[in-house]
Amino acid sequence: MSATTAVRRVTFGPSPGRTTLTLGLGAVLVVVAATAAVLAGTSGIGIGDAVAIVVHRLTGIGPVTWPSSAETIVWELRLPRVLAGMVVGAGLACAGAVFQALLRNPLADPYIIGPAAGASLGAVAALLLPVTLAGWLGLGLVQLLAFVGGLAAVAVVFTVARGRGGTPVVTLLLAGYAISSLLSAAVAVMIFNAGERLGAVISWLLGSLAGASWARVGFAAPLIIISFTLLLLRWRRLNALLLGEAQAAHIGLDVEREKRILVALAALATSAGVAISGTIGFVGLVVPHLVRLAAGPDHRLLLPASMLYGAALLVLADLGARMAGGIPVGVVTALIGAPFFLWLLRRSIAGGWVSR
Amino acid sequence: MTGTAIRLDRVEAGYRGAGGERRVLNGLDLTVDRGEMVALLGANGSGKTTLLNVMAGTIRPSAGAIELFGRPLASWSRGEIARSVAVLPQSLELPAGFRVAEVVAMGRTAHGARWFGWTPGDLRAVEDALRDADAADLADRPVTELSGGERQRVLVALALAQEPSLLLLDEPTTHLDIAHAAWLLASVARLRQLRGLTAVMVLHDLVLASAWSPRIAVLHAGHIVADGPPEEALRADIVRDAYGVAVETVVTDAGRRLVVPHVPASASEHASGPGSSSSVG
Repeated sequence: MSATTAVRRVTFGPSPGRTTLTLGLGAVLVVVAATAAVLAGTSGIGIGDAVAIVVHRLTGIGPVTWPSSAETIVWELRLPRVLAGMVVGAGLACAGAVFQALLRNPLADPYIIGPAAGASLGAVAALLLPVTLAGWLGLGLVQLLAFVGGLAAVAVVFTVARGRGGTPVVTLLLAGYAISSLLSAAVAVMIFNAGERLGAVISWLLGSLAGASWARVGFAAPLIIISFTLLLLRWRRLNALLLGEAQAAHIGLDVEREKRILVALAALATSAGVAISGTIGFVGLVVPHLVRLAAGPDHRLLLPASMLYGAALLVLADLGARMAGGIPVGVVTALIGAPFFLWLLRRSIAGGWVSR
Repeated sequence: MTGTAIRLDRVEAGYRGAGGERRVLNGLDLTVDRGEMVALLGANGSGKTTLLNVMAGTIRPSAGAIELFGRPLASWSRGEIARSVAVLPQSLELPAGFRVAEVVAMGRTAHGARWFGWTPGDLRAVEDALRDADAADLADRPVTELSGGERQRVLVALALAQEPSLLLLDEPTTHLDIAHAAWLLASVARLRQLRGLTAVMVLHDLVLASAWSPRIAVLHAGHIVADGPPEEALRADIVRDAYGVAVETVVTDAGRRLVVPHVPASASEHASGPGSSSSVG
């Protein structure tokens, strides 16, 4: 406690080296995973053809030297599927990081306050409706109702949890649990009466990228990118929230307003992702924690890194799902994620995540 | 540095719970001039912490008027308040994974003008805050590896990083031993000189308060029942009534008269608890 201390430059935040390494490695992983996922499969398309097909479709340059079936497989099937995996994985991981900070709960994931249950209800209802409405923007009714259902569920949870003095985090969690249970019960009733559509319903609920298309990617990608950009711009406020709501208010945050904005943005990214892929679990829980372990908790680095690693992880998991005979990717992420979740649970019991 | 830092005029405030409204402040008046150092004393539940939160703008008063640096507090945004008023909490769980300088930089949340970085002004404010809080040597330490005294230095630095004009301290010495408690109050007194800070602090320790604070306000049932220099505000009868406890006056080696809780001569006297004030003194 000496009164005179040597004056020197303080440094803080992730170092440029760590930032470059974390983001660079993440970007490489995404590219490698995407390339592998486009090439892997029984039709034996080489990397040269695949690149030429993509370049040709994007720019019109180059002679066509490949069979049209190869072009269909690369351009219409695999590439949209890979891009959908990237977009959904990135969105879920980013939303998970935000919910973990906002709720100050290491076990929070993007689905914790209702979007998955709401989206499931919307999607299953659409699957079982006898009508097939014309799509909008190339989307089916399933995707639209899932998206709307996800957002609506979060809005209901937030409204229920909101009291005169604000929206306490515990109330938000409990309301999320209650509303999710209620919506899941409704989904269960529909499953019970699904009849011949049961397979489609189960497949959606387990989460799958098999139905990916350019239209679906084109729907979810802009929403997730916009949501991510606006969330990243709030990195300073997300960090401040880690001090607890009372101190966050003292250092300048309008905490209630911040909660509304963060929940809305994270719910937007989550619902957009769930709408095109079904409920894929564990990506949004696991990835932010892995990134935190490697790169620290500063949201300035945590959010972009979570997006990259979330994208890579889901593309790889989907590749695994395809290799395993086309099981839903949600099963693969659960197989990877559940053991990690248990490890995390043990760690937080030991006091590893929360200080003191 | 003249003028009024904060002025409260007939302020009423309380909490709304399931059992209806519980009013904690009952028409409280208080004026603190720029550069003053005031200690708020009073029993648990007398309204000290509520008063501090009202001054920090985190509890809205149900009646009365508050002026912060000459402007109605209600017209200040959260960010504006944070650039003028800092709150030092009793304790705070610091988020794991950050180093001390990074947590102190969080005090710049309301200042940060850059989208993805810090301005030279931010960096300077953090350095000055660490230095003035005697925490420069802690800058690179992980926040989870601090002792209680070190943690309190970091919290002081976090508050100073806001470059406040008014510092509110909520029972800042509760978790500190007597040496660290004395350091903290000496630091506040020093910062008052150094930065022209105005300091309002909730304290529990009458001896510390009378030793370090030139002005003491005693709260009882949501009112200020005494306000002045320690020898006036901490008279035996005022302390006895405010805390509902027997007190006695002791004279220090230096000749200061201090009011302290009555120390019973025998164990049998321990039976009388708070509230059953048999007057001594």
